[in-house]
Order: sequence, then C-alpha cells, then structure tokens
Amino acid sequence: MATVVMTSLDSKSRAASRGLSDIKIRNLFIIPTILFLIVFNIFPLIYSLGYSFTDFRASTNAPATFVGLQNYRELLNDPFIWANFAITAKYVIVSVTGQVVVGFGTAMLLNREIPFKGLITTLLLLPMMLSMAVVGLFWKLLYDPSFGIINYALGLGSFEWLANPDMALYAVAITDIWMWSPFVMLLSLAGLSAVPRHLYEAAAIDRAGPFYTFFRITLPLVAPILMIAIIFRTMEAFKTFDLAYILTSQPTTEVISIRLYKMAFQEWQTGRSCALAYIVLIMVLAITNIYVKYLNRVKER
Amino acid sequence: MAAVQTRSERALNRVAIAAVLVITLLFLAPIYWITSTAFKPRNLATTIPPTVIFEPEISPFVKLFTKRSQLRAAPEPEDYAAAPWWERLVFDGGEKVVRSGRGDVQLSGYPNRFMNSLIVAITSTVLAVSMGTFTAYGFSRFKMKGEADLLFFILSTRMLPPVVVAIPMFLMYRAVGLNDTHWGLIILYTAFNLSFSVWLMKGFIDEIPKEYEEAALVDGYTRLEAFFKIVLPEAATGIAATAVFCFITAWNEYAFALIMTNRRAQTAPPFIPSQVGSGLPDWTVIAAGTFLFLLPVAIFTFLLRNHLLRGMSFGAIRK
Repeated sequence: MATVVMTSLDSKSRAASRGLSDIKIRNLFIIPTILFLIVFNIFPLIYSLGYSFTDFRASTNAPATFVGLQNYRELLNDPFIWANFAITAKYVIVSVTGQVVVGFGTAMLLNREIPFKGLITTLLLLPMMLSMAVVGLFWKLLYDPSFGIINYALGLGSFEWLANPDMALYAVAITDIWMWSPFVMLLSLAGLSAVPRHLYEAAAIDRAGPFYTFFRITLPLVAPILMIAIIFRTMEAFKTFDLAYILTSQPTTEVISIRLYKMAFQEWQTGRSCALAYIVLIMVLAITNIYVKYLNRVKER
Repeated sequence: MAAVQTRSERALNRVAIAAVLVITLLFLAPIYWITSTAFKPRNLATTIPPTVIFEPEISPFVKLFTKRSQLRAAPEPEDYAAAPWWERLVFDGGEKVVRSGRGDVQLSGYPNRFMNSLIVAITSTVLAVSMGTFTAYGFSRFKMKGEADLLFFILSTRMLPPVVVAIPMFLMYRAVGLNDTHWGLIILYTAFNLSFSVWLMKGFIDEIPKEYEEAALVDGYTRLEAFFKIVLPEAATGIAATAVFCFITAWNEYAFALIMTNRRAQTAPPFIPSQVGSGLPDWTVIAAGTFLFLLPVAIFTFLLRNHLLRGMSFGAIRK
C-alpha cells in the first residue's frame, strides 16, 4: 500500500482539507475489504498449501508428517484422477457447446420485433436464477424411467437416464444446458442488439446472402461478448459440483470437484486433497485470467 | 429498418415467433411441473400418463411443515375426528398417515432450515453490499497504482471453487468452533459475494457524475458527508440490485452449506435433497419444499429483470 499515489483529486485543496483526508477515506473504504478477503480466502489457501505437503488426515489425531511433493507426484501419476479430469473435460465440452447453441440460437430468434419480448426474455432467464441443487433434485423426477415426464413426452418408454453409466453425464449436462443457456442468450442478445442496423442495410443493398451477413457481420461483432459467456461458462462447468453430485452417483459422472469432495470429506485424505485442490486452483486461475482480460476488453469499448 | 417487408421476411418472422414460444414453454416446463406437483395429492404425482388436470390441494405443504409417521391402515374414525383440520387434509388425500404421538404438533425440519437460509442470506448480503459499496467508491473515485491488479485479485476470490476453499475453512472452523453455525456460513458467503459486490457497485458508482460531489465539497461538505448524502442516494438502485444478486447467490448456495453445516445451521439447499433418502420419495412434499424455496428468487428475478445483464457480467456490460 505504500506505493499508492494519489492522482485524481487535489488533496491540498481547501475542500479536501476538511474532515478526513481523501487518502485516509480511500484506505478506510478499501483496506477492510482487502483484509477480509485475505483472511478468509487467501489465508486458508496458504494453510492448505502447507497441508498439501503432508500426509495429514483430519479424521485422526495423528500429527501431520511432511512428505514433500509426494502427494502431487502421486496425483499426477494417478490414472483415476486423470479419468476424473477427462470426465470434467467431456462435461465442459458437452454442456458449454449445448448452452452456446441453444442460447445463441434463441438470442438470434429473439433479436427482432416480437410481441411481449420483455416478458418472454424475463421468463427465459428464470432457470439460471434458481438453486442448482434444489431444482437439480427435481430433475430426478423428470428423468425417472417409470414416471418421468421426459420419457413420456419423448416416447422413450422406460429409458434409463441417470442410472445408465453411458447416459448419466449427458443427463446432467442437459439439466445444466437448461439452467445456463439463458445466460448465453442474455449476453448474446446484448451483443446482437448492439450491432449497428446500417451494416445490415448496407449488406442488403449489396444483396449479401444470409450466410455472408451472419459470418461477416453478425458473428464478428458479437464474438467478444460471446467469448465472455463461453469463458465464464467453461470456468463454471469446470468447477461443477452441485448438479452432478445430486443427480447421480455414477462413476462416469465423477467430475473433479466431486472427486475432491470425496477425497477430503469422505475418505479424509486431507493432505492429498489439499494437493489436488491446488492443481484445480491453478487451472481455474488460468481461466479466470483469460476471462478478466476479455471483460476489460469489452468494457473499454 | 426498411418499412417494406417482403413476404418471405414476414413468413420468417412468424416462424421465429413460433419457435420462441415453443422454446419458452420448454424452458418453463420443469418450473411448471414443480409448481403443479406441489399442489397434487400424492397418488397423482407419479402417474403415467402424467396428471395435468387435478383439484389442487395444500396437503403437500401440511406434510412439508409437520412431522408424522406412516400408518399401515387408514385412521380410526375417532382419530380422524380428533385431528386438526390440516391433518384431515392429509387423511383426505388417501394417505395412511398420522402425526406421531397425540401431543403437540411436531414441526418438521423444513421451517427451521428455511429460517436458517433467511438468516444466513440476509446477514451476508447486508455485510457484502455495505463493505462492497464503500470499497467500490474508493476504487471509483481515487486513482491508485496497482488498481487493476487489486481489482483482479478481488474478482479472482469469487472464482475459487467452493470445495477448494472449503477444505482449509473446514479445518479452521473446526479449530475455532464455527462449524455448523450461522456465522460460519455468513462469513463464507460474505467473502464470496464481496468481490461481486465491489465489481458491480463500482460500475454503478462510476456512472454517478463526479461533479455532484465536487459541488457538495465546494458547498462545505466533507468528503464523507458528500459520500453519504450525495453518492449513496444516487446509487440506491444499484445497491438494491447488487443486494438482490448477493441474496440470491447466498440463498442458492449448496457446496459450502453441505460441508460446513449438518443440523443447527443447515440451510434449505442441502436439506431438501437429504429428504429424498431411499425408497419411494413423496415427490409432492419435495415439490412443495422446492416451490416455497424458489418463490422468493422468482419474484426477485422479475424485479431485477433490467439489471440481470449487468449483474451477470460483473458490471462489465451495461444496457
């Protein structure tokens, strides 16, 4: 904080000399938040970094023994952990692709004069505001092989969704697509409505076809905002826990957060789980970095 | 827009409108199904073909709020006559159930979990929004070196996977006795929402012209007075929108609540799934619990509708 320099307001001015100085106010306003985040987010992470080099188990009173990089070495050589990462990657690809297709498609449809457009948009946004865990649970009934309305509506008889190892991950992804396509739609709609009308008019005068117009005008102009949606959803899908944990207990749906949860709170391999948490953390921070770059880029425009 | 539309354009428009309607109905179907199941008698909840038309009843809500044990046969007439009106509703639904014991009505776990959700979500929202508003003002009005890095640091705390943070927090809470307490969850949710609140409020405060405060400073206000009397009233809409977003996030949160609480401070999201258990669950009760839990969020979403874009993009995109 010592390097912080005031530039915007003249602290020597008469106005600012009354009451607390601007620097004091700024520090008073900002430092508590930074401290709070350091104490409750950063300190715990330092704490768990320490444990990640030990064989500590929170379920016993045995003191932790320093084991160096052993946890990391074992985790990175464990084919089962890589399988969890592969499941997570598959989940991310399926659910984010689905969300982009449905969300962007719906936005394209909505980007015109439509009666009750405001109401329809608000209704479409409802799923993403709801609790994943609570609504996800109810999808268990919708997917039920004997009396679920999905099988009834699609005429699938007693098709197994959640109890079927090949289908379960897709079922979770479908629920996720239902919840989060509206998010992609919301952002795409903002991007689409910002495309200047005159570009379309010019294209129409030049007798450009719909494909040309889409790929040369619409997509490039919506791309930055769509990228924000995609990166954000990728990050969230990578961290996913609630939906998969509640809907199924199939080994084929054990995404990395679920593995981490089980390792930490069911198997009580605290030291090892701290190491895995760090591996996950580094991946998430990498995506966050890209995300913030895009956020700032769009903001500047 | 050109006033003249060709016939094919009009046809295309009509197809788009039809498609939008179908998509909207599909998206709302699960929510409709939750709502309708919450008002069904138990025997109509899981029929094939699904029951769409039925006489709505509130017995699922009675069952949701009170505890009872299963009977093997229908209640005796004198038991029926002695039962309070809401119990008769349950009997009338054809259920062979009765309250456990003849004494006072026993509440189920649900009202308590709902209260816990309210306490935790409201307190953490108040903390996150008030701290976030001050901090956002600090970032908005005073330039400093490393501002972008600090803001990135603040945002990055939001992106941490809950399970990653939960492992050390669980151990620390266990050491200081904060596991399964309201304050334990409140602190976690405040930390989680704080970054969001700073980013969103910074966007709202950036939009308030600096000249307002400068005029006030010339008029003899101190900067603190200017902040409280000029900036805060101007930012009221933004504060309300931020608060609603923070409330919804805390209200919906599952992973921390699952790990950090089990009884006393448990909130509704981990509680509702734990009621399913094994065997055939009573989906009308689950639907009733889900419906009540979703209701506040649905109302808030409607109130927030003009700020959703902004909130979801951490204040980066304004409309």
